[in-house]
Amino acid sequence: MIRLEKRPQASRVWSLATPLVAVVTTMIMGGLLFATLGKDPVEAILTIFWDPLFGEFAFYYRPQLLVKGAPLVLIAIGLSLGFRAGIWNIGAEGQYIIGALTGAGVGLAFYPMEGWFIFPLMVFAGALGGWAWAMIPAVLKTRFGTNEILVSLMLVYVAEQFLASMSLGLMKNPEGFGFPGSRNLQQYASAHNAEIVTGTGMHWGVVAALIAVIFAYVLLNRHMLGYHIRLTGEAPRAARFAGVRPARLILFCLGASGALAGMAGMFEVSGPAGQVSIDFNVGYGFTAIIVAFLGRLHPVGILLAGGLMALTYIGGDIAQGNLGLPSAAIQVFQGMLLFFLLALDLLTNYRIAFGKPEVA
Amino acid sequence: MDLSAINPVLLIASLMVAATPLLLAAIGELVVEKSGVLNLGVEGMMITGAIAGFAAAVESGSPLAGFVAAALAGAVLSLLFAALTQIALANQVASGLALTLFGLGLSALMGQRYVGVKPPQMGRIDIPVLSDLPVVGRILFAHDVILYFGIALTAAVWVVLKFTRAGLVLRAVGENHEAAHALGYKVVRIRTLAILFGGACAGMGGAYISLIRVPQWTEGMTAGVGWIALALVVFASWKPWRALLGAYLFGGVTVVQLNLQAAGVAIPVEYLAMSPYLITILVLVILSADKSSAPASLGRSFHASR
Repeated sequence: MIRLEKRPQASRVWSLATPLVAVVTTMIMGGLLFATLGKDPVEAILTIFWDPLFGEFAFYYRPQLLVKGAPLVLIAIGLSLGFRAGIWNIGAEGQYIIGALTGAGVGLAFYPMEGWFIFPLMVFAGALGGWAWAMIPAVLKTRFGTNEILVSLMLVYVAEQFLASMSLGLMKNPEGFGFPGSRNLQQYASAHNAEIVTGTGMHWGVVAALIAVIFAYVLLNRHMLGYHIRLTGEAPRAARFAGVRPARLILFCLGASGALAGMAGMFEVSGPAGQVSIDFNVGYGFTAIIVAFLGRLHPVGILLAGGLMALTYIGGDIAQGNLGLPSAAIQVFQGMLLFFLLALDLLTNYRIAFGKPEVA
Repeated sequence: MDLSAINPVLLIASLMVAATPLLLAAIGELVVEKSGVLNLGVEGMMITGAIAGFAAAVESGSPLAGFVAAALAGAVLSLLFAALTQIALANQVASGLALTLFGLGLSALMGQRYVGVKPPQMGRIDIPVLSDLPVVGRILFAHDVILYFGIALTAAVWVVLKFTRAGLVLRAVGENHEAAHALGYKVVRIRTLAILFGGACAGMGGAYISLIRVPQWTEGMTAGVGWIALALVVFASWKPWRALLGAYLFGGVTVVQLNLQAAGVAIPVEYLAMSPYLITILVLVILSADKSSAPASLGRSFHASR
């Protein structure tokens, strides 16, 4: 008979090994999925995971890794703070959109003036926009006890409509011949989130992501607030006895994740995307949830997981072009990864035992 | 702007149609939550049901076969959730999110061949005399079968939860799983069955959107209905008839909003389209003060140590 025995302490080995095992299992199951779609599974997996890094055109794809990974890491770092404390912000997509709108809005307001202060101001505005959007579920939760999961998610749909309204109305390019979408910020030097070193994909968003990783690491391991976050997640009752004020924690966690998501949106709209358009958002806010879990809610883990997820995006694009693999297949692949990860997590806290339970 | 173009009889009739997917999904989730499980994957199960039902209906030519397939697809997907949360004891919030993300991808993949295809039409029931009554006939007696099924299901869930032994056991598991386990009830089995029921209901709700409400297939067409259904369960304080009331209220908001768009009100389309989501938030705020009716074990994992 197979049964589960709770471990006295979470296993460190399994805690580190589960993400790796989950990735390998997903590759195998993904290969099967691709095979049922009539593609050669080995070739498909190699195209997704090998070609962007070491293939013939890797010099083109490697910079993309930073471009796609930066927003994922930036958002996931913020989300992980809340997830650790049992505060579920799943509306990062909405905060990302609003951050992009406020950031781009400030930039467009200054057009065509040039000045060194415009870009920092845009970063600030983006963070502020995302923060404000996240404050809605935060304040509603602390004031009225409203479920933050549902409110933050509803606000994603509101933000999407807002984005549509902006790109068709207020922010529409007056010289755009009536096409929807704002002016292209890439052609406006003071507002352009350009590559810091040409050809590397290294833009200010990547720098911000790295800083966020370091800050989150210090916060969680060396700071009282980080300790409170971890304590609330692991033992909410003990946390209250220790004097942790849940309301402050909710405001901080949601606010921080909102600000980071807003910044990510702003870096994207002023750099790789270039303009505010109806389909500007591509679901980074939702993929970041997978990144946060895959990285075990640990800053360094998130950095690695963000890289891996960026790889599946890029590899997925290549596979779409070369093998005709539908783009939705990559979405399924990413979803599967989260499934296996959650399922295998069992091994961290439980031991699988064989035979009859012994009488104590 | 021409508000006189809005026909109140048609408005109420279409309100009932708009409310049915919400009602089906919410009733399913209500049973799941009554058993103490929070399944946030409603949106994923709905969209999977939407495409599975659509594909089955197109291939077989029968909308009813579509609904059966949708229920099956929703149940199969929810089985994944059951395996994660009941056997692997994974976090329910994270597992529900995983289900939604996975379902959205899966449905997009399955639906590629069906974009732009027209599904077979579901006939309206036609009761002689009753269906021909002015006003009342159009509102009450001239809909498709599934709409009545949704209302019947609400009544059935109410009866089972309130008056039967099975309902009592389900509620006991949701209120205090340790006590229910000590009394000898199979907590995991009961919860798994509830999750399967919820999945089947959500799948049918999704198919109602793709087969009757719209009717066609587009990627991500459920557009948050599954999440609104989750909010609806809170709104209903876990009571079936209040879920029906809530579904009609939200259906009403959606339909009025669409009618105002068509009538060309001075409010921009985007702001009208936001309204169902904003009203959901508003309702959540008003009702979240009272949490006393929530099942006590909601969202907590159960593992029998002996």
